[in-house]
This record gives sequence, structure tokens and C-alpha cells, in this order.
Amino acid sequence: SKMSESVPPEVRPKPAVPAKPSHVAPPSRSALLGYIGIDTIIEQMRKKTMKTGFDFNIMVVGQSGLGKSTLVNTLFKSQVSRRSTNWSRDEKIPKTVEIKSVSHVIEEGGVKMKLTVIDTPGFGDQINNENCWEPISKYINEQYEKFLKEEVNIARKKRIPDTRVHCCLYFISPTGHSLRQLDIEFMKHLSRVVNIIPVIAKSDTLTLDEKTEFKQKVRKELEACGIECYPQKEFDEDMEDKSDNDKIREAMPFAVVGSDKEYQANGKRILGRKTPWGVVEVENPNHCEFSLLRDFMIRSHLQDLKEVTHNIHYETYRAKRLNDNGGLHPISSSGFSSRTFCMDTPCLCE
Amino acid sequence: VTLSSRNHSNMLIFLTCDFQDKQYVGFATLPNQVHRKSVKKGFDFTLMVAGESGLGKSTLVNSLFLTDLYKDRKLLNAEERINQTVEITKHTVDIEEKGVKLKLTIVDTPGFGDAVNNNECWRPITDYIDQQFEQYFRDESGLNRKNILDNRVHCCLYFIPPFGHGLRPVDVEFMKALHEKVNIIPLISKADCLTPNEVKKLKDRVRDEIERFGIKVYQFPECDSDEEEEFKQMDKELKECTPFAVIGSNTVVEARGQRVRGRLYPWGIVEVENQSHCDFVKLRNMLIRSHMHDLKDVTCDVHYENYRAHCIQEMTSKLAQDNRTDSPLPLLPLPTPDVETERLIKMKDEELKRMQEMLEKMQQQMHEKDQ
Repeated sequence: SKMSESVPPEVRPKPAVPAKPSHVAPPSRSALLGYIGIDTIIEQMRKKTMKTGFDFNIMVVGQSGLGKSTLVNTLFKSQVSRRSTNWSRDEKIPKTVEIKSVSHVIEEGGVKMKLTVIDTPGFGDQINNENCWEPISKYINEQYEKFLKEEVNIARKKRIPDTRVHCCLYFISPTGHSLRQLDIEFMKHLSRVVNIIPVIAKSDTLTLDEKTEFKQKVRKELEACGIECYPQKEFDEDMEDKSDNDKIREAMPFAVVGSDKEYQANGKRILGRKTPWGVVEVENPNHCEFSLLRDFMIRSHLQDLKEVTHNIHYETYRAKRLNDNGGLHPISSSGFSSRTFCMDTPCLCE
Repeated sequence: VTLSSRNHSNMLIFLTCDFQDKQYVGFATLPNQVHRKSVKKGFDFTLMVAGESGLGKSTLVNSLFLTDLYKDRKLLNAEERINQTVEITKHTVDIEEKGVKLKLTIVDTPGFGDAVNNNECWRPITDYIDQQFEQYFRDESGLNRKNILDNRVHCCLYFIPPFGHGLRPVDVEFMKALHEKVNIIPLISKADCLTPNEVKKLKDRVRDEIERFGIKVYQFPECDSDEEEEFKQMDKELKECTPFAVIGSNTVVEARGQRVRGRLYPWGIVEVENQSHCDFVKLRNMLIRSHMHDLKDVTCDVHYENYRAHCIQEMTSKLAQDNRTDSPLPLLPLPTPDVETERLIKMKDEELKRMQEMLEKMQQQMHEKDQ
């Protein structure tokens, strides 16, 4: 990624270790008589991961003008959103919700990531926005269906191309009052189908007090409507997970500011927005929660986002398809084992 | 010329002038007389604010008029708002400054643009404006016209979100539904989330789209040719600055050693009345200090007259229709009571016209006298 060259080198993120297979009885321990070298398997996996690379698909949803593309560019420190490719800001608002995806391969520390950003122009921009989430819901399910078809093929690809949406960033307008009806409708319909991470867009319009109040209000409303965003409580695997995730849940929704411009401040080059009354520093945790979002989404939970998508959302879809088909496989009746299939890292149970 | 015993001060002027110029009549004092009567009577002004919730409308109104009109407001949460329709609420406050009284009425439109389906969400608003026109029309044609209550909306501040890239469909539809009924002044709200470049781009875009869609927003009247150059320059700058990018605040902060209305951020302090921060001062000056009267005039002379003409036309065409459908035989126009009212209205119309012409003549004479 171009931008990472101009920023001081950061600690390289380690690829996440795959989830422990659940429902396995703890093995009996045997005393080691010498060094065997089992622990090197981690290094082997890491090497393999680096060779095969990652796929990550992120969808952005929100009204036009909430800074979606800028935020994604800022998150991945690259011009990866739709706006960077032949798209001008003067494009008209489409009459219906469109789904537009753009892929880029970005590399960092020897690790390659094929990042696909899926934009949803037209969402919430019309006068009548009834059911404007339907094209989005349809798209997400279509990706599940695609994957399902590949999975049940007799001659399967070694690595099924994964176009499923791993994460959906939902942009909340910073009114400072409460969620809009449309926000609730969208999240109600989609929080059980995809990982939703709500963010408060363009939060440099809120003072610290207004931010705190607004976040509390939003959290209360989400709870009252029974909407569960990522990370979902029911998928916390152990106490450590729960403790980490609780902290994140209490800080959500993250109030973010995005920028692709650099300014000089305190002797450093920083990403920010320059106004007549000061410079809003995107990566300064006192100014906004962008770094929290980035650390959470990319540095600690990237793999988990994919796993929850695969192990839970996709499996839910698959189970429903099976049930709809009367227990028979929708595509072929040849037996296939149901197992969790870790996409990018070789599964320990394979 | 007989002098009313009440106008002592004017009598004085008359007597002093008598020594200087025997041709001097004395009605040059008319503006002063009007001024004194108005001050005694007080002014009234009805301002409407419209736009989605959360754009800072109430805060701006409080900042403009240095009041807190919304102290006891309860904001609904999303669940409660599911079945909310657009409401019209009115707050009236009496403001007095240097002996001049203003009865200010703020008409708010909670719920506008907040639903998932906002089809025709401007309907309650246009209905409200029409109702005020209708009430005034009836009162004006009535018998006791001494104390007509003028509830007509003199100005509508329309709040455009700063987050978009220009006008949204709902903005265009709203303004088109209202631009021939009320003076619309579009504003870019919460402008402190935009950099100066972004503000400029958005203003250009909005001005462009307003022209493209044929929206008739309130136009500042042209400067008189005999105004000072400085004034003309200020006027020009004002016009090029539209739509105004505004910020409001209910809180006072300490900035540059002074206590000012502003917003405190970790990266700096936004001052509402700092002209390099936003156009709040320009809006206030324009709305209150220079164009309040013109806004009322345009409402009376243009929007209300349009409504009235339209109303009368409808009435007469309906009459014509009724006459035709009531009987298939060709009838002589009988002097029915309805036709009589129409004749009265026509008479009054012509009387008004004559009075207006007289006033114009007087004004011209005064003008010539000055020169």
C-alpha cells in the first residue's frame, strides 16, 4: 500500500491463530522427554498464510455523503474504495440501491490481502426509502448461495473463492439525537445475516459531551430493538474473549472521522482535517475513535469477523436451505460431511 | 394644513421650517410618524424552520434570538417515532430591545423527513401556510379589520445537511412545493463539520442545483443605485455567500479571552459569531437587521397576493361552473348573492389600487422634494 510507506513503521500484525475446535475433550497430558518441535507448526501455518494470502470483503452502508469511501481508504491506508476508480463526486444519486464492488490487492509485511469494498449507493437517499435494504440483503444471500454451490460440488476447488460479506460497516448520521427509523429498520433486518459494525460518521461535528450522550442513546435504542451488532455476545468463546469483547461493546458505536489528507502537527505528518479553528487528527484518540475502530477491526478481529461469517451466518443460511429442501441437499444428494472449514489457514482437523 | 393636536413634535418642525421655505408642506416627516407609530404598535414576525431532525434548527433559532425556546422539549426515540407524522408546532415569544417590541413566532416542523417513507412529507407544511393565508384573506374581507391577526409565515429557513454532496431529492421536492408560497432561505446546517474548501464546494453545488431545478429562493432586493459603494460591496458579498453556512450554540465558551457563544472541541473552539468560522452573523444581519421588513413585504405583496388571486380565480371559475351545471337553459346572469360578493370584492380591489397609486404619487413627490 502506497500510504504505508510515508507513515512511520508500525508493529506488524501477526496473522490470527485459527479458532480452537470446540467440543473436543481436553487431551490427556504426557510428560515430554525432550523437545519435539510441535510448536513450530504455528510458524508453518504463518508461512502458509503468507503465501496464500487473505480475502476480506467489507461492505459500507449509509446515506450519501457520510464519508464511507474516505473512511475505508483511511482504514486501509490505500485508495481502495469506489471513489478512486474513475468515479467522480458529481455522480447522481441512483434511483434504486445499487451494489458496486471494487477489489484491490494490498500487501503489508509480506502478507497479501485481497480487499473487496462493496458500496451501496442510493441507500437511504430517496424520498421513499421503504425496503431499500432488500437489494443489500439479496446480495449478501447471493454470496452465501454462491459459496454453497461451490462447496457441494463433486470436484471442488481447493480454495473456494470467498465473496461473502465479512463485515458491514453501517454509517449513522451524527444528528446527536438518536437513531433514525431507517437505521433501525436496516439493522433489524440484517444483523442476523451479516456482521454489522455501526459507526458514527463525520463525528467531528459532535463535542465530547454530545458524543458520549449520543453513543449511550444509540446503544440503548439498539438494545431496546433487540439488535445485536458484532461482536455478538452469544459467540464469545471464553472468558478472555468475553472480557475483551465487553470492553469493545461498551465503546461502540465508534465515533469516527476519516481523511486522506496529511498535515503537519506537533512535528509529525498526521492524517487530518484542517479547519479555521484547529486540525482534527484522525488517529488521535482524544479527537475521535478511528484508531479504536481500526485496531479492533483490522488488528485484532479481522480473522474473527471471517470466522463468524463462515461458522455462523453462512451455516445459518445453509441450514435454512437444507430445511427448505426437506433435509435433502439443494444441489446434489451425494453425501458430504458437515465440518467447519477454515478458509485461509489449513485446519487442524483436516 | 390643519395639524392634529397629537403631533406636537411635528408642529414644531412645521413652525421652524415656515421661516425658511414657504413652499414646505411638512409631510417629509411622514417616515418619522410611521416609525413612531410602529414602535408604539410593535412588530410581529413569523419564522418557520424546516429540515430533518438533528440539523441544529432549535439551536440556531436560540442563537439568533438569544432565547431558549426549547427548554422543555422532549426528544422522541426511534421507536416512538415510528408512527410519527409531520407536526406543526408554534412558539411565540415577545422580545424587546431599545424600546422596540417584536412578537416573534417560530413555526417548527418536527418529523419532517424523518420517516422511512417521506412521500409528500411537506404536505402538512404547505397546508399550514395556506391556512394562514386563508385566515388572513377572510379577515381582510371581513367587517372588523382593525385588529387582524397576521399569522402568515414571513420566512422559511430550510436546513440542508452538510453531509451530502448537494441537494437531495427531498430537499428539491420540499423547496419546489413551497417556493411560491413562502420566502425560502436555504441554509447549510452544522457547518463546523466542513473545511472551508468543502463549504465552498457545497455552496457552489447547491446554488447550481437551485438554478437547475428552477427553485425560487428568496432574493435580496437590488441595492438602490444611490447607495454608498461600501454598502453595495457588502450587499454583493452577502449575495455571493448564499446559501449561508451556519453554526448555532446554546452554550457559552471562553475563547481568546472572551466569553462567546461557541462549541468546544478537543481540537479547537468554534465561535458562532466569528465570521471566519461561519456565516451566522451574515444570516442574523440579513434576517433581522436589514431584510426583516422586506421579507414581510414580499410575503404580503407576492406570496399572499398570488394566493389571493388564485383563490378568487377558483371561486369565480367554480361559480361559472355552477351556473352552467345548475340549469341547461341559457340564463341571464341573475344578481345572486355570490355575484354580489364578487362585485364588492372587485370594488374593494379597485379602491385599494387607487389608494396605492395615491401613495406612490406622494412618495414620488417627497422624493423629488428631497432632491
